[in-house]
Amino acid sequence: MGLTADSTGFSACGEFSVSRKSPADKIVALAGNPNVGKSTVFNALTGLHQHTGNWSGKTVAAAEGYFKRGDFSCVLADIPGTYSLMARSREEEVARNFILFGGIDAAVVVCDATCLSRSLNLALQIIEVCPKTLVCVNLMDEARRKKIRVDLDALERELGVPVVGTSAHDKRSLGVLVTRLEELCSGKYIPKPRKLRYIKPVEEALELVAPVVENAKILDGIPARWTALRLIEGDEALVSEIKSRMENSDNEALSEAVSDAERLLEQAGISDGVLTDRIVSCIMLNVEEICDEAVSGEVSGELSKADKVLTSKALGYPIMLVLLTLIFYITIVLANYPSEFLSSVLTKFGNFLSDKMVNASAPEWLRGALIDGVYRVTAWVVSVMLPPMAIFFPLFSLLEDLGYLPRIAYNLDRPFCKCSACGKQALTMAMGFGCNAAGIVGCRIIDSPRERLIAMLTNVFVPCNGRFPMILTIISLFFVGVSGFFGGLLSAVMLTGVIVLGIFTTLGVSKLLSLTILKGEPSSFTLELPPFRKPQIGKILLRSLLDRTIFVLGRALAAAAPAGLVIWLLANIQINGNAVLMYITDFLDPFGKFIGMDGVIIAAFLLGLPANEIVIPLTAMMYLQSGSLSEIEPTQLAELFTANGWTRVTALCVIIFSLMHFPCATSLLTVKKEAGGKWAALAFVIPTVCGIVLCAVIANIAGIFGA
Amino acid sequence: MIQALSGLNFIFGVIFVEKIRSLCDINVGERAEVVELETEGAMRRRLLDIGLCEGAVVKRLGQSPMGDPSAYLIRGAVIAIRKPDARRVKVRGI
Repeated sequence: MGLTADSTGFSACGEFSVSRKSPADKIVALAGNPNVGKSTVFNALTGLHQHTGNWSGKTVAAAEGYFKRGDFSCVLADIPGTYSLMARSREEEVARNFILFGGIDAAVVVCDATCLSRSLNLALQIIEVCPKTLVCVNLMDEARRKKIRVDLDALERELGVPVVGTSAHDKRSLGVLVTRLEELCSGKYIPKPRKLRYIKPVEEALELVAPVVENAKILDGIPARWTALRLIEGDEALVSEIKSRMENSDNEALSEAVSDAERLLEQAGISDGVLTDRIVSCIMLNVEEICDEAVSGEVSGELSKADKVLTSKALGYPIMLVLLTLIFYITIVLANYPSEFLSSVLTKFGNFLSDKMVNASAPEWLRGALIDGVYRVTAWVVSVMLPPMAIFFPLFSLLEDLGYLPRIAYNLDRPFCKCSACGKQALTMAMGFGCNAAGIVGCRIIDSPRERLIAMLTNVFVPCNGRFPMILTIISLFFVGVSGFFGGLLSAVMLTGVIVLGIFTTLGVSKLLSLTILKGEPSSFTLELPPFRKPQIGKILLRSLLDRTIFVLGRALAAAAPAGLVIWLLANIQINGNAVLMYITDFLDPFGKFIGMDGVIIAAFLLGLPANEIVIPLTAMMYLQSGSLSEIEPTQLAELFTANGWTRVTALCVIIFSLMHFPCATSLLTVKKEAGGKWAALAFVIPTVCGIVLCAVIANIAGIFGA
Repeated sequence: MIQALSGLNFIFGVIFVEKIRSLCDINVGERAEVVELETEGAMRRRLLDIGLCEGAVVKRLGQSPMGDPSAYLIRGAVIAIRKPDARRVKVRGI
């Protein structure tokens, strides 16, 4: 049975599949521990822009890229980062199945030069199943700074496969990698992989089983020793995989050999449960032998000065708050300028278009629908929402690339633990700042299913990039101006306050969930604190600025334009002399008033389901369509809202409701995909109930005091 | 003076060398060697994955602002582990 890509396909790998563009293409799997720069290597080779960041578990989904040099063309599959190939978690199973059955021509294992021993643990396991493996020792520059020397030639001798040293941003080293990969794929380099030596009883057991595996051609093309050891271990995932692949998997000689081997191990005092431990220890011993030969220099063994401060008892939390406020402050100050500029340009252009249409004697309804409807809402989204998003996101990416996010998770783990949740939830919340849907996908880094669900259901309490400009706008319109140093600073502080409220709500709801429908104890967890890395500032700024801008513009066009059209139609189609929009907002008005807002705002939130970016523009649009004001610039929003009865209480309720209401359609669909419809329904209900209750309380207390 | 200190260290080392403790009980800055993992299931796998198996040398580097979890140096990487988990990792001082 030949295990080529054609004969096996990728059904075994679930959602993960890769195909060649042309028959000459080589398929290469890119494997490695989490956070060793796998995505950076991937991007450098393929010229793609997978999101990179300095924390473990950032890449949770597999990606595929293509590169070509001369005659050598290659499909590169970036498989999720794993620590081992024992297939004990879902990612490991995906990674292992891909390496075993993905029909790959070669594998590249990316290793971390600063902690090579852990990387080699995985590398040895991969070399054991796939001799055509290239070991890429990444972060060589970082190791040099830490005074760790890696002797690549010695490493190559010890491993018996090609070894290339790289530094993520050194193009030349990647050239060497491609050359050696080509040699490996074409058969010019013949690997002589190191044979993993196990303790004596295990070796004896292997001698019983491996020849039988070899004869029976079980998993042909995969080293028999490896398959044999998995069979002795009773690796269920692999046994069922073999059964599904072999018509005649009931091999008597084989089962006999396996039972003999088990008996032999039992006599040597190695029972089922201990065997895997022994195997791991053996691999680590091999690793230590290799490191003795190839690595010199010692890790300092101290927390860095920065870490000592950032995680200190006195300063850990204050610094988190100050950093967040600082980022908001920079965002507010910088967003002002493009916002005003865009607003005036887009208004002028709108007037110009409108005039053109009048001159061309286009019908008034068409002009109204396109300019007052579609164009105006879109222009508002771009001028009011886009600048803060386009500035906040790159700044946040800088913190992410620096490696600060795991420190946040480290600092916040205790509170999350007390709420029976996982500290990594803080990481998924940080991702939620960018986009809640991304945060929800990111919850895959949480191992316990219970804690993962908690993180998914509460992710919406972090205002995403589409919502925080909305909160920011309201703060600056009704509470403090954004002009001047203090105005900007006060806005930033208030915004931080809103975020803190979101964090406490997250903790409270997590606790509530773990006491009710998601009962359970906090599970164990490990969190890696990677060394701080200097981000490539220019590249990140440009990249995330462009990505964000394109992303937001895309969303704005896709969601704002039709919504603008719908509202214009509703406002202009009349039944019994009243606009349809009036009936709707009047119907929603009592409920809106009860929770401190009005029917228009509620309608805007409902229409904002596809994308929260459009809620404020839609509100303004509806006021304009139903009121006497007909022409207004985005800078006059405060006047418009006040004219329609807004007070500070209204503004506060809108802020709270922005923080706590149903997530956008994309996020809901993501929850449905990740966890199922029932949980998506809860993801809708929980924040909405929180928002309604809190707003109702605020509105009614304010009512008592006559505000 | 330094010699005297290292001498003291040696004496203490001899006295306490066989004393088995939990990983969570070693002091910040102290190094220890793993003797046994008393965890099962997912956590045991996770610990083995990061190289925390019998014979591994671990150093406690610090603790988070609220006292838990703590950061440990394990095979060149800094890893945070919660107290209840660290309690089940038995170590001996070196």
